[in-house]
Amino acid sequence: MRRILVGIKRVVDYNVRVRVKADGSGVAIDGVKMSINPFDEIALEEALRIKERGAADEVVVASVGTAECQQQLRTALAMGADRALWVDSSASGAPGGAADLEPLVVARVLLALVRREQPLLVILGKQAIDEDNSQTGPMLAALWDRPQGTFASKIELADGRAKVVREVDAGLETLEVELPAVVTTDLRLNVPRYVKLPDIMKAKKKPLDTVALAGLEVDSRPRLKAMRFEPPPQRQKGVRVKDAAELVAALKQKGLL
Amino acid sequence: MARVLVVAEHDGKTLNPSTAKCVACARTIPGAEITVAVCAVDAARLASEAGGLQGVQRVLTLEDPANAHPLAAVLAPQLAAAAAGYSHVLGPSTTFGKDLMPRLAALLDAPQVSDVMGVESTRRFRRPIYAGNVILTVEVEESAPIIVATVRTASYAPAPTGGAATIESAKPAAKLPTHTTFVGVSQAKSDRPDLQTARRVISGGRALGSAEGFKVLYRLADKLGAAVGASRAAVDAGYVPNEMQVGQTGKIIAPELYVAVGISGAIQHLTGIKDARTIVAINKDPEAPIFEVADIGLVGDLFEIVPELEKLLS
Repeated sequence: MRRILVGIKRVVDYNVRVRVKADGSGVAIDGVKMSINPFDEIALEEALRIKERGAADEVVVASVGTAECQQQLRTALAMGADRALWVDSSASGAPGGAADLEPLVVARVLLALVRREQPLLVILGKQAIDEDNSQTGPMLAALWDRPQGTFASKIELADGRAKVVREVDAGLETLEVELPAVVTTDLRLNVPRYVKLPDIMKAKKKPLDTVALAGLEVDSRPRLKAMRFEPPPQRQKGVRVKDAAELVAALKQKGLL
Repeated sequence: MARVLVVAEHDGKTLNPSTAKCVACARTIPGAEITVAVCAVDAARLASEAGGLQGVQRVLTLEDPANAHPLAAVLAPQLAAAAAGYSHVLGPSTTFGKDLMPRLAALLDAPQVSDVMGVESTRRFRRPIYAGNVILTVEVEESAPIIVATVRTASYAPAPTGGAATIESAKPAAKLPTHTTFVGVSQAKSDRPDLQTARRVISGGRALGSAEGFKVLYRLADKLGAAVGASRAAVDAGYVPNEMQVGQTGKIIAPELYVAVGISGAIQHLTGIKDARTIVAINKDPEAPIFEVADIGLVGDLFEIVPELEKLLS
């Protein structure tokens, strides 16, 4: 079975502007719209396209978190994933579930799933838009001792290898890696499909299995402690000028021209 | 005392300016004794450049033919071996560092602190989360064997030159994988300054309308000696290549002057420019969020204003 494993994280929706709690103890997310991390949605879309091209047989999605993340897994099933794994972290001791599990712990959990599922390819988002850590993919690749292709804007599979085009600071870099491997997605890899209503109905019948975090025998003790959350310093509101000449004058006055 | 290993980023010939910025961050760790690790095929020139950065005591060269290209899977085991005895390993929060440092951290069984923008103690750091909407102060527990961090380069001025470090070579006994092959890198040739280090940057958004539309920006940029960047919308639309994207998922920059042309100012873009000294916004929509952060705002048609600016600067 040529299997692709895709990681899904439940995060505050892209369009929500979060606020810090008044006492600085966290970010106020009660009642806020939650979604699949956009980079993970791209990861799932890519896995589905690889399967539709005939280069894979099964797409499995996995999420680590509290019970709520099953909503995002159902959405992933409606998009077209074949089955889902929910790693229940509610007993992990981390107060908020997955959001408080460190990337290295999530990488260890994913490694445990990799050992069970034996995927040909693991596709993850390059970062989650809540904590912006950008760590889990390379950490999993290191623990698994397999290649990584991060920030992918193109993936081609052939003959047990993957050609990955990467968005790097200098431009586009191409790597060839042996499979199995870990790939993380960048924005321009694809545009994820919309979920249609009949697919949502169908998704209800697809398997969503629960895996207890404790059963994976993963060291999930936290080693990073959030001390304080603060809003960023605000910029002073500026001035308006009426035309290009005034703009040039204003820049000269600031010594910028 | 903190023994800090800084991982140098380079292109084989010269150091990337991100290295001097990581050294600057390392110098703010109390009691830091700083070593720069240079992984290369031939590290001699790079090592003397790194050794000239103020605050660097020692340069460690790791030479291997496999280091011709910065492959994380190849570099990480060498650096993991070299990191023995250090308290911190720092690398830049560029695509080089974001690819390499988490792989290194996992090999060291260490937690990573990403995008450090401030050092409060040897274990306590400040970093942006939620696209810069929140600043988190995070502490690494004593149980961590070593602290791995990436440095938000826009938060630091490069360490000045004038130092004189000793240079040593190391031969870490690491088995290097052969499962990853570098095929090539394509980049647009440009005589303009580098986006990440330019003192002046002009960026365009979707309102430029096409690759052709960006030409008005290039002409103005050349008058100003500025680099050219873009919003995600402009890159997604295919007007310009990915390496020009500024923002949460693109480049984070801190120029003296940033001119946003036809960019509405989504929060994901603003996080990439918040350290710019002066922000100028040109947009036809007076309600565009970019005006909330702009020091100087000009409402109007960019296709009239930009050529006029070019003329005024001639």
